[in-house]
Amino acid sequence: MAIDKQELKSVILKPILDNNPIALQVLGVCSALAVTSKLETALVMAFALTIVTAFSNMLISLIRHQIPSSIRIIVQMTVIASLVIVVDQLLKAYAFETAKQMSVFVGLIITNCIVMGRAEAYAMKNGPIMSFFDGIGNGLGYSAILITVAIIRELLGSGSILGFTILNPIQNGGWYQTNGLLLLPPSAFFIIGLLIWVIRTLKPEQKEEQQ
Amino acid sequence: MEHYISIFVRSVFVENMALSFFLGMCTFLAVSKKIQTAFGLGVAVVVVQAITVPVNNLLYTYLLKDGALAWAGMPDTDLSFLGLILYIGVIAAIVQILEMVLDKFFPALYQALGIFLPLITVNCAILGGTLFMVEGDYNFAESVVYGIGSGVGWAFAIVALAGIREKMKYSDVPEGLRGLGITFITVGLMALAFMSFSGVQL
Repeated sequence: MAIDKQELKSVILKPILDNNPIALQVLGVCSALAVTSKLETALVMAFALTIVTAFSNMLISLIRHQIPSSIRIIVQMTVIASLVIVVDQLLKAYAFETAKQMSVFVGLIITNCIVMGRAEAYAMKNGPIMSFFDGIGNGLGYSAILITVAIIRELLGSGSILGFTILNPIQNGGWYQTNGLLLLPPSAFFIIGLLIWVIRTLKPEQKEEQQ
Repeated sequence: MEHYISIFVRSVFVENMALSFFLGMCTFLAVSKKIQTAFGLGVAVVVVQAITVPVNNLLYTYLLKDGALAWAGMPDTDLSFLGLILYIGVIAAIVQILEMVLDKFFPALYQALGIFLPLITVNCAILGGTLFMVEGDYNFAESVVYGIGSGVGWAFAIVALAGIREKMKYSDVPEGLRGLGITFITVGLMALAFMSFSGVQL
């Protein structure tokens, strides 16, 4: 199968800013909010989701001609659920502490709309290799938002990044007054809301009409 | 009895699926433009949640848990790693069955719910409910109460958000923030309000 370099590039890069799964398509928001209070969990989550999306896209694309359309949702679910179980077991084996912190959210990758959405919208119509990279691209778009939010929350909320102190907080004799609000879950909503504002100001064609 | 009431109140307010755990956000944001549709979806979620959580609880207790297969002569088997795939299978099957039953016996309700029924399969609040039930180690009766409570909590939140969004039509929102952006911020404020329940000990 010949792969067009130009198309490959657009499939990977487009979802990051132009067609971001979280900011524009409103997919996969659930986990984006819950795991972003620390950069470490956000990175693990982003990585897990990218892997799952890429491989589920590839596998579903491989069997797309064999799936009867009436039961396709259940077939897609089974493929995705199996992949998530593998990722979940791997995380429990090699990164137990982080897996504990993320509790049910690894399992919830199954119902993350990004995975389902891409399987339905892209993998059912395109070849396995392009689907694989489409999965990577959308995973990266999701990761971009997740990591941005996590950096803002961890830096301003506890003055550190990945556990290393950047802004020395007052409690430790430093100068930085930590902002506790940013460690609480609702702050993720504010940050994503503001990010959407920034993206839409930069790219005016994404603005919604006044209803 | 008091124990069950406290589980119910806790799952509706303190551990609200939508506003404290942020589950089911995709549909929560997408289907909250009108109170009426939001209410229909809320009812569907309550029904599905009230059936799937107890069913998955039975599956977990008698098939998956460590030592659960003792009745079949296999006391050393631990199948809990198969949980995820089984739960989602059960959810998908129950949504499908519910769709057929409603279509046959309650066509009016079926019409009203329309596209939202199949969407419930991928609503994280449903799978999340099951996973929290497993984590919290509830018995069967508790899981029934928890299922209904978490469903009601989610329905309550989406109706409230739809109400706010209907009012918001009349406000002048900065251009880039219109639609999705301001909805996020609204939900953030609602979640902040709901955090005041988190100190409640039951």
